[in-house]
Amino acid sequence: MTLASALEIFLAMLVLASAIWTITARGTFAAVVGFVTYGLLLTLVWMSLSSVDIALTEAAIGSGVTGILLLGATARLEVTEKCTAARSDTPLHVVAAIVCALVTIGLAAVVLALPVPAPTLAAAAVANMPAVGLGNPVAAVLLAYRALDTLLESAVLPLALIGVWSLASDQVWGGRPGFQQQLDREGLLVFLARLLTPFGLLTGIYIVWVGADAPGGKFQGGTILAAMWILTMMAGITDCPPIGRLWLRIVLITGPIVFLAIGLAGFVVPGTFLAYPAGLAKPLILIIEAALTPSIAASLGLLLAGPPERMPEG
Amino acid sequence: MSYLLDIFTIAAVSVGAFFFLAGTVGLLRFPDTLTRLHALTKADNLGLGLVVLGLLPRAQGPLEALKLVTVWLLVLLASGTVSQLIGRAARRGSLLE
Amino acid sequence: MSAATLFGWCGAALVGLGLYGLITHPHPLRKILAFNLIGSGVFLLFGVVARRGAAAGMGGDPVPQALVITGIVVAFSATALAIALLLRIFRQTGQATVSSESKHPPERSADS
Repeated sequence: MTLASALEIFLAMLVLASAIWTITARGTFAAVVGFVTYGLLLTLVWMSLSSVDIALTEAAIGSGVTGILLLGATARLEVTEKCTAARSDTPLHVVAAIVCALVTIGLAAVVLALPVPAPTLAAAAVANMPAVGLGNPVAAVLLAYRALDTLLESAVLPLALIGVWSLASDQVWGGRPGFQQQLDREGLLVFLARLLTPFGLLTGIYIVWVGADAPGGKFQGGTILAAMWILTMMAGITDCPPIGRLWLRIVLITGPIVFLAIGLAGFVVPGTFLAYPAGLAKPLILIIEAALTPSIAASLGLLLAGPPERMPEG
Repeated sequence: MSYLLDIFTIAAVSVGAFFFLAGTVGLLRFPDTLTRLHALTKADNLGLGLVVLGLLPRAQGPLEALKLVTVWLLVLLASGTVSQLIGRAARRGSLLE
Repeated sequence: MSAATLFGWCGAALVGLGLYGLITHPHPLRKILAFNLIGSGVFLLFGVVARRGAAAGMGGDPVPQALVITGIVVAFSATALAIALLLRIFRQTGQATVSSESKHPPERSADS
């Protein structure tokens, strides 16, 4: 156990300061800005805990995409700021503060009480990696040892999307989400979209590909692809597709279906759900990743776009 | 030789950090949005360029050095675009508080 | 005090802070923010467990790391659904509150 360096102590204090800012800021916009800053500082914390894959995911999904969502909601809900200003309800605040302090102290005691020769599965994970053919232990855990978790996670995204879509009014069901952005051909967002999107697509696909042997993966890469899609939609270059289109629904579903099919096929040869036949693990994992990446990117982009708000045409 | 490179790294990163500090002081002390944007964009991008320059001797090979410079260029692109957008919104008076 | 313990206490403080924000803020969007804070505090505790399991030439135990990645994605999906619900409540009633004693303007006939 090494001593926490001064840099890490400083980083922890910065994280706590930005969290306190998020909770105590007066306006929601200031709180959301504090939250995005908090997410980026948390990325540095993950790096100092030697978890590079988590750092990528936190930067992309935890603070990036969540920040976009929260900023959009803050802009739409601006009129409600005054109505729901915090009432000065001091007994509630005092009781809440005491309860939360007790929770914090309890969790801090748990951290101190963790078993000292820390139990670990790292050796077992690394020992079985050659059989799977992957070089990144976290990818091996996600796609081979605990593939069931990833299967359910890839199903959660379309389910959340169905939940978001079901909040549309009856008349606009099947229509396009959001409002049509004006295409300003000389505009700034168009310039950014034209310049950044090819580069972003390349980076996203690279991160998906390199996730097999180095930190990366399909969720991180899929988020970058979704962000490029959202950028072109915001600039007005493309419009969000109507949610009733068949091709859109097929793209969303293909990833989980392929994953499930490979899992069920595991009953045939090796005998258990999601078991890979010997020697076929790497190709099957590549097929799963290739099928899941467009589904993840489409689901994330559509979750950001929200429920349909325009009438379906035709 | 490596001693000189280490001195160069420390000096460049320190000057870059000083520029970041100057930009933050400008953010806190300038009166309105447009002047704050000016301080942030100029000082922070220059600071990042100096930090990247200071880290170049420590890169493992030309590919990693190229990645560092690409990071700086992408941040330039993003911050330039965002400051323009914020500036236009401030001119129109449609900024959120 | 090692780095893992330091960030473990940081995670514990974040859970406490988020819980306080969740209880005391009346605006649902602030509650969603505080809920995300609680979630990331819990993930930090997982990360501490992963860091302490460093062995076999790796910096951390990969199993908790994979769980945290799954958790971050699911937390985002939950946040997206929560915000969609909140925006729908706002469109329906003109207010953003989950309190039952708020005054409801008459429901607009355009939405169903």
